[in-house]
Amino acid sequence: MTAFLTSIGYNSWILPALLALPVVGAVLLWLHGAFVATATPEGGVARAPRTIALALFVAELVLSMGLWWSVDVNALAWQARFDMPWIPSWGIRFTLGLDGIAMMLILLTTWIMPLAVLGSWTSIRKQTHSYYALLLLLTTGMLGVFMALDLVLFYVMWEVMLIPMYLIVGVWGGERRLYAALKFFLYTMLGSLLMLVAILWIGMHNGAPDFSYDTALTAGRSATASLWLFGAFALAFAVKVPMFPFHTWLPDAHVEAPTAGSVVLAAIMLKMGTFGFVRFAIPLFPTAAMDERVRGLMIGLAVVGIVYGALVALVQPDFKKLVAYSSVSHLGFVMLGIFAMNVESMQGALMVTINHGVSTGALFLLIGMIYERRHSRLIADFGGIAKVTPIFAACLTVVSLSSIGVPGTNGFVGEFLVLLGAFKSAPTATVIAATSVIFAAAYLLWALQRIIYNPLTKPENEALTDLNWREIGLLVPLLAAIVWMGVYPKPVLAKTEAAATRLVQGVEAAMVARPSMRNR
Amino acid sequence: MLAESLVLSAVLFAIGVIGVLTRRNAIILFMCVELMLNAVNLSFVALSRLYGATGQVFVIFVMTVAAAEAAVGLAIIIAIFRHRQSVNLQNINLLRG
Amino acid sequence: MLITAPTGAHPLADTAARFVWLVPLLPLAGFVINGLLSLLAAANPGPADPSAAGHGHHADGHGHGHDDAHGHDDPHHAARHRFAAVTSLVGPAVLLASFGLALAIFLAMRGVDMHAPYVQTLFSWMPTGDLHLDAAFQLDPLSMVMVLIITGVGSLIHIFSVGYMVDDPGYPRYFAYLNLFVFFMLVLVLGASYPVLFVGWEGVGLCSYLLIGFWFSDEANANAGKKAFIVNRIGDFGFLIAMFLMFSHFGALDFAGVAAGAEGLGLGNVIVTAICLFLFVGCTGKSAQIPLYTWLPDAMAGPTPVSALIHAATMVTAGVYLIARSATLFSLAPMAQLLVALVGGLTALFAATIGLKQWDIKKVLAYSTVSQLGYMFVGVGVGAYTAGVFHLMTHAFFKALLFLGSGSVIYAMHKAYHATHNHEDAQDMRNMGGLRAHMPVTFALMWIATLAIAGIPVFSGFFSKDEILASVFARAQHSTLADATLFGIPGTAVLFTVYVLGLCAALLTAIYMTRMMLYTFHGPNRTGEAERPHLAEAPWVMTGPLVVLGVLSLAGGWFNLPALVGFLGPVGTLEHWLEPVVGAAQLTVTHGEAAHLSHSTEYALIGAAIAIAITGILVARARCRPEALVAAKDAPVEKGIERVLLHKWFVDEGYQKAVVTPTVGVSRVVLWKGLDIGIIDGLFVNGSALLMRTLGWFGSQLQSGQVGTYAWVLVIGAVCLLSAFRIH
Repeated sequence: MTAFLTSIGYNSWILPALLALPVVGAVLLWLHGAFVATATPEGGVARAPRTIALALFVAELVLSMGLWWSVDVNALAWQARFDMPWIPSWGIRFTLGLDGIAMMLILLTTWIMPLAVLGSWTSIRKQTHSYYALLLLLTTGMLGVFMALDLVLFYVMWEVMLIPMYLIVGVWGGERRLYAALKFFLYTMLGSLLMLVAILWIGMHNGAPDFSYDTALTAGRSATASLWLFGAFALAFAVKVPMFPFHTWLPDAHVEAPTAGSVVLAAIMLKMGTFGFVRFAIPLFPTAAMDERVRGLMIGLAVVGIVYGALVALVQPDFKKLVAYSSVSHLGFVMLGIFAMNVESMQGALMVTINHGVSTGALFLLIGMIYERRHSRLIADFGGIAKVTPIFAACLTVVSLSSIGVPGTNGFVGEFLVLLGAFKSAPTATVIAATSVIFAAAYLLWALQRIIYNPLTKPENEALTDLNWREIGLLVPLLAAIVWMGVYPKPVLAKTEAAATRLVQGVEAAMVARPSMRNR
Repeated sequence: MLAESLVLSAVLFAIGVIGVLTRRNAIILFMCVELMLNAVNLSFVALSRLYGATGQVFVIFVMTVAAAEAAVGLAIIIAIFRHRQSVNLQNINLLRG
Repeated sequence: MLITAPTGAHPLADTAARFVWLVPLLPLAGFVINGLLSLLAAANPGPADPSAAGHGHHADGHGHGHDDAHGHDDPHHAARHRFAAVTSLVGPAVLLASFGLALAIFLAMRGVDMHAPYVQTLFSWMPTGDLHLDAAFQLDPLSMVMVLIITGVGSLIHIFSVGYMVDDPGYPRYFAYLNLFVFFMLVLVLGASYPVLFVGWEGVGLCSYLLIGFWFSDEANANAGKKAFIVNRIGDFGFLIAMFLMFSHFGALDFAGVAAGAEGLGLGNVIVTAICLFLFVGCTGKSAQIPLYTWLPDAMAGPTPVSALIHAATMVTAGVYLIARSATLFSLAPMAQLLVALVGGLTALFAATIGLKQWDIKKVLAYSTVSQLGYMFVGVGVGAYTAGVFHLMTHAFFKALLFLGSGSVIYAMHKAYHATHNHEDAQDMRNMGGLRAHMPVTFALMWIATLAIAGIPVFSGFFSKDEILASVFARAQHSTLADATLFGIPGTAVLFTVYVLGLCAALLTAIYMTRMMLYTFHGPNRTGEAERPHLAEAPWVMTGPLVVLGVLSLAGGWFNLPALVGFLGPVGTLEHWLEPVVGAAQLTVTHGEAAHLSHSTEYALIGAAIAIAITGILVARARCRPEALVAAKDAPVEKGIERVLLHKWFVDEGYQKAVVTPTVGVSRVVLWKGLDIGIIDGLFVNGSALLMRTLGWFGSQLQSGQVGTYAWVLVIGAVCLLSAFRIH
């Protein structure tokens, strides 16, 4: 496989190709919608756009799969690097590149997207062309964030991904979609504008303007400047993660978004925040990030988020909101793992990142499936439906167990590694965080009981139909991943091991070098 | 003589300003504006004794503009009156943002 | 194949032991097959398929409509699942195959020096950073005993289940869960490291959850399942913390590495004590000890064979196994051991008191299980690991027999009520009575088990219980435990207290078990006139396993005869067998000498134990009058202490009031409505939006649209400007 990929020069063109394909696809879809498509009968679903979109996303997935073999995760240099001038007078370049972490996240993205399209298969009925075109553009933005090695390019991609999601929530969302979309947009902008200021400061303090990541990595800065810059980056990322107390956009956005929007939001967009910490905020400003006060604050907020998210999830009447708050809890684990700053916890954080994408993505898909049938997300509207939809119930149970972190599923590996590693650095915080294993079981099992178990009392539920083959087919890969990553996570861990180790060692080296820097 | 003329001009101008600020009727307002213009004219003429004929030339200009303004302004007021049966400025707030 | 054998030189490497991975894998295969059958039937409902209309849904209303405290254990008689025949074959067959393989491994293990365990590494599980965690199985005498109990007793219960559950519409799903349970249980006892053990530990909890809530359409069952899982998770939290402590202090998580690390720290070290205490938190959850025992009685909502397998013979004893497995650690932490023994003793007595007044036959057995688990913890707590494991084994025999026997009774009762469309409770002992005449085989076998649990000589329970109590007595006088203190109380005092608690519990055990037998099998029948002719013995597929268990309950004591009765057969077989695993740890506790009591003392202790057991039976005979009992529907409401005992000392209600309600309330009112919606969203997010809107409103008020206002502003502005110029 590797030899074949080398022979076609895969690494030299793959990253720009992955960015370009969705954009081209989006343009084609719009053109198709404007000139080719005929009117769809009332109440029907336009078939062409979803088919085109699915084909494009599958093509994207197939294209990206070569990365698994072609990327040498142990190499020190950026992999599949692509570099060309973009705005030369300001020192801005179009630089792309990967390490093991970015590669895994890219594969997660290209893998989730076709499933998200399949999840929207019958539920999106208005302006389908625009909807799928926006999903495609969103993909470019997300992939760009993971690839960018130029700070301005990173910022541009960061914003590119914001607008399609804003529209997806605002146009195809539920009843309070405008409020949710605006909240999502403004929240994210608040953080990202400060990040833009920080990026400009970094780029302009280099002699000649230079926004490349590698330059920023090696540039020396005063402790005060590092602290402010870290703060600006951290705010942007903390909103996206979302860390307590910047999380309140998430429940609203999740609840109002259409299924694919929720899936993408949970599975990939939240990971932008944690990826930002791992790629930018911490390596660029290690001394600021590891400053005792800053680190204490971040670990504290992470732990609060873990417990708080779980407790609030316990009392949600709306299943989507429950999952949204459980995301706050899970992402808290990621932040705890990152700021505990040792290899085990970092690796655990990356595992949770991927696991959460799989499990929560699957949960939102399942909610979408049942919502299409019942037009309700309220837990109280269900009860006993395992009797009429046994396959749905089985899938929901497995996915919930993964989210709870039962051993044998992927959820356990991630949380276990995070807590195991974090205990070495911050035992008290870890013990508090570990209580969430109890709360997680409580909120999900309680919801599960009220949805699929208990007596079947509501007549509306008796007519529910079980999952069809399309739905089963799109869930099977997710379920397989849940078990595979729980039983044999080694391949995934091996892909990110080198990058995680390098990050931890880099931060440790910076902390050792810190006193001498102060003297200078 | 000059001082008296300027004081008179100032008094007339102040009367015009107060009229503009306090009265509601568009016609009276308009007349107050004319009063202000003519107060200025008076000071131009008075000062022309000191600085030459430029001031008097300017007065001619001002009078011309005032005539044109009166024509347009009265036309607008009539149009508003036709529309609203009133020229009370309190009721006219089309500029409100 | 993935299998590598790092201990290549191990004498077991070339024997049947190299197939040890197959032992858990066979039940897993059973789970996959039965699970697929269940889903397949759901996806393609065939014509006239009961699973199409009501998949996994139990009998139409039997057992509904009365006292919710009773489980609804209803094998009913709708049309069978269309894959029932396949399931009946596959379900028990995989387990029998597992048992056969385990026997072969056991035969190979005899005569081999097992001081070093045989470790089989399957694959590398979580290799990252300093952590090198393998998915590895470990075979040693202790895990061998457990594997034999699980697969052996498990096979019997699987066979029994074929008779008991075959008419349930969720039959393949039932066997899928049951097989999965055995898989996880085997992973638990075979795991070579704490995390692998933990996989099984949580996995059995999961299966327990699924099986308790098997008839999920009843809210009480679903509640019971959920409660079991969540309460177990509280314990698992402790287990997790223990593992984190091990990793951060010893850098290892496998049994050997942790034991070596602990030995390096020495006796009474605070880290080792902390690890042991946190492990014990895990045990209180899984093995239903105070304060986390409340889930086990509720767990009786599951089908009765499940109660026998999971909630009596295997899963709930995992905590005992864990402590025996961590013997090295516990022997180095006398304070933790004292706590384990004390909690065990208290639980034994406390649960026994509740067992005195229950009417549901399964509830009596459930509290009896909690009580007997307390005994096991007393055993492993005082460092008599062999005694604890011995009691685990005999208890697996007689308690499985009692549960299956009660299942057979419930089956008969249910059939009788079903035949007459009566909706009385099939599990209430007040509705039974005089069943001796109708089910003689079950009657005789259940008496054997009752005598065993009561501690009547020759029966298995006598030997194991006596060994535990004797160990407590001996260690109270001379051991590291006697020298240590617990909360400032000397160890000797604690241990004598535990001994007395054990004796009292033994008395109560004899009483409530005799009471149960009297009310169920003796006296007149209270089932009802119309139902009486329908009461009959269960089919052979159910009574067969009972007979085997009856033999084991009778003769189980021969596995570890005390020296005192050496004339009966070989002495201390289990003791010798387990010596490589727990021998050193036991010697640590007893200052390096074999635990020793003088013969006269030993005779006195045995005499006391026998006297107490017989007294209990006689007291029950005198107090319980089956002739005077009335059927459940006519029974008076209990008062005073009887009511308190029937309601289990109101502990559940207390937990509900003290923990559950406040947690949910605070989450809803303070955190969600208050902090989230109120402060963060209301004050900050929407508040800042409101602030901006207010400022904008003030700005827009200046734009009145009235020329007059603008003129005023203009003039004031001009005056200000002029005066500013003037000032300069």
